[in-house]
This record gives sequence, C-alpha cells and structure tokens, in this order.
Amino acid sequence: MIRFATSHEYARKEGDRFRVGITPFASEQLGDVVYVELPKVGRAYAAGEEFGVVESVKAVSSLYMPVAGTVVEVNDPVVQDPGLLNTDPMDRGWMVVIESADPSAYDALLTEDAYQTEIASH
Amino acid sequence: MTETIAAPLRQTPLHDRHVASGARMVGFGGWSMPVQYTSIIAEHQAVRSAWGIFDVSHMGEFKVSGPEAREWLGCLVPANLEALSVGHAVYTMFTRPTGGVVDDLIVYRFADHLLLVVNAANRDKDWAWLQRHLPEAHGQVTLEDVSEDWALIAVQGPSAAASLERGDVSATGSFGITTFRLAGIDCPAGRTGYTGEDGFEVLVPADQAARVWDLLVAEGASPCGLGARDTLRLEAGLPLYGHEWDDDTTPIEAGFGWAVRNPGPYLGRDVHVRQKAEGPARRLRGLVLEDRAPAREGYEVVSPDGEVVGKVASGTFSPTLGHPVATAYLPAGFVPEQTVSIRVRERLVPARVVALPFYRRPAIQPTRRTP
Repeated sequence: MIRFATSHEYARKEGDRFRVGITPFASEQLGDVVYVELPKVGRAYAAGEEFGVVESVKAVSSLYMPVAGTVVEVNDPVVQDPGLLNTDPMDRGWMVVIESADPSAYDALLTEDAYQTEIASH
Repeated sequence: MTETIAAPLRQTPLHDRHVASGARMVGFGGWSMPVQYTSIIAEHQAVRSAWGIFDVSHMGEFKVSGPEAREWLGCLVPANLEALSVGHAVYTMFTRPTGGVVDDLIVYRFADHLLLVVNAANRDKDWAWLQRHLPEAHGQVTLEDVSEDWALIAVQGPSAAASLERGDVSATGSFGITTFRLAGIDCPAGRTGYTGEDGFEVLVPADQAARVWDLLVAEGASPCGLGARDTLRLEAGLPLYGHEWDDDTTPIEAGFGWAVRNPGPYLGRDVHVRQKAEGPARRLRGLVLEDRAPAREGYEVVSPDGEVVGKVASGTFSPTLGHPVATAYLPAGFVPEQTVSIRVRERLVPARVVALPFYRRPAIQPTRRTP
C-alpha cells in the first residue's frame, strides 16, 4: 500500500501510520544528496506542509508532507548518511514515520500507476 | 525540482554528444549545457584523481591583431602584456576606471595575434566594451569575434598531460601554449584550467569538435559537466564572474593583487595602486562550515556581535574535503582562523574564516618550464 504526491514524496501505509520518503525519480533529479534536514519526533504537520529540506551539491529542495500527521519516528541514518537517498530512497532512505488522525489525504494521492504516468511526462 | 527551459538556448558543437550520452542539460548564460553526465561528485573525483573533459565551447573567443594589438589591450587590463611572450598565456580582467571588473579572461599570445577567451555570459558585454575602446587604437588594431570558429575542450586532472602527450607537452609550462594533434586535427592548447588540477584547455575547429571529444572519451577521459566544474573551481579558490567578480569588485579585494602588474596606464590603475598600498576595505575570504548544511549564494554572514558583515558569494558541498565551503567578501578585520556564523534558514551555523584556496593539488609533477 503506497501512494505518491506530485511533489515526489511517497507515503507507505503501515496500519494507521505512514512511512514517508522521496521517490527514486526525485532522488535521480536531485543528483548527489549531501544534506538532509528532518523534523523532531512530536512535530505535527498539515497535508502539503513543508517538513524538511534535502540538498544536493547544486540545489536546495523542500520536502512536503503527503498526509497530515504527527512525526513518531525519524530516520537518523539518512541524516548521518544522506547518500542513502540516492542509493535506496524507497527502503533504507525513508525519512519519517507519521501517525495520522486524518488519513483522508492519502486516498487523494496518486497510485503507483498514476505516478509513473505523471513522471513519464517530464 | 526540475529546471524549466523556456527561452531558446544556444547549442555548442558538442550538444549532440551530450544529449546522446544522457547528460542532464540546463540553461547557463543563454546556452544549453550539460550540468552532469553521471554524478557531480563522481565527475569531480575523476578530475582530482585521473582526468576529465569539459565542453566549454560556450565561452567566447576574440581575436586581436594589428601592429598595436598588445599596446591597445594593455590599456584595458592590469596584466603586464609587454612581458607576455609568444607561446604564453596570462589570466587577467577587463577593469573599469573605478577598478571593478567587466569580466575575467585569458589572453593567449600567438605569433601574429592575441586570442582572448571570455565568459559565455559576458560575451556581448565584453564585445561592446572592446568596441567602445577600439577607436583609441586609431585603426592599428583589428578585432574579430571568432567564437563560432572554435570549440573549447578543457582537459583536466593529474593524468591529463600524459594522456594528451603527443611529443612536446613536457616543454609546455604552466600557462604555456602548445599544439596537439588529436584525431588528425591540429589543436592549439594552453596549459590552463579552472579546476585546480594540471591540464590544458584545447581549442578545436568547431566542425571537428565531436571527433576530438570521441577520441578523448575513447582514451578514458570522464565527461564532466558544469556541476563538477563549479565544485572544482570553488575548492581551488578560483573566482566565477557574477559571484566573486562583478563590476564593483576589484582584483585587490578578490586576492588577485599578484595579477595586477601592468606598469603602464590602464583603466582602474589608480584604484588598484591605492588599494594595494593601503589595503582594501574588504577581502574575499573562504568560509569552512562546521556543519553539514551547505551555505548557498546570498546567505548572510554574521559577526560574533550579531551584525551582518557580508553575504555568501558562492557556496557548495566540497566533495574533496567532505564538508560545505563558501566564499564571501568580508570587512578587512575578519582574518583567517576567526569564527563567524552563516544564517542557514533559521539557524546560525558556525564557520571558520580561511585563506583561499580550500584545496591545493599535491605537488607530484616535476615543474616543467620552457627555457
């Protein structure tokens, strides 16, 4: 169970929690990631709100929360080794886990097929 | 996250090669240029450890000839062109009467003419500047824009010279000029570059550029994009126009007092001489961040008293050093080993002031100079 935002974050449904990261397409577009700034556990976000920053050698990009929720886990290894976002963005390169009281935004996100169609136009 | 290319961009003679190899193309100074082929960090490391090639054909080439070519140009730059012998090149700048910099360039002295290589983004500005001063030559100088005749390939890295060697490279010292025969084509080249490594910048007739590029790739050179060019030049402390250089910065402020050695009259001389004697009010400094967050152009530099004392001119993550580095013009009182802060979004990140460059190549090659 996974859905995608047009801003290239994914939300993987795990019960009433969502594991959030960026897609391989985003990682490829960024190039070598050298810095990631993630929120602390306990911060709450609305859907679409900026929750962090990822920087490649050349550029700074914002991260947007695909579903409203409160951060319950942060992936420290990806902060220590931002290269994980290039090598394994969907698995070891996850960013945060959120707990959502209002998961309605999830259903509005793109399915895998719809996301693939979306990025094929780039 | 993707860059949108709106206006029609100019293409270099190697454009098809870049697209075919899957390079990511971006707009730069009105040109469609490769920013990376594989990875900026991998390309950067290829140049530091072996050799890489850069298409810099977007740069402009102006030919200056006539009996008073050197005398005329010598009134526009702080370099001592009287001391520039045939077969040598010099790094210099067009300077304004105020001492500021119109553009930086390399002047190559060939037997019967000078060739000026200028920045892509400043081609029109430089051409207008030269045209404006041409009447001062009283018809004794001919100025031609030969940019379309030439492709320019920078071949850089510790293996560059040995790889290009077809006979007489060892006789060519730093900033010397030679001719390489590559893929059967004679290519004038200067032992110059913009990476902090040894290497050459090779002029190739535009219609032959792809053959020479293919040869160098076949011989093992890594194609490198503008992304690596920027991280390499910044580590090496080399200024980029629009960042470290502009119409209001002087060579003295930028730490290029060594390049100001024209004994005759030239535009901006009074300002340069005074700044050299009195010391400039501000200086270009390196900043080493004690944090992983890169400082970017425009970020504020803050003194220990909390006062904004400058802005970041260039900032990136240094692949060789493994941490972020930046440059900024700071008041003269800020000297190496002092600590300042850089405002990165809402945080103040400590940064150490250092002298440039951040990186100096190991002195492994024997020094070779023309007698």
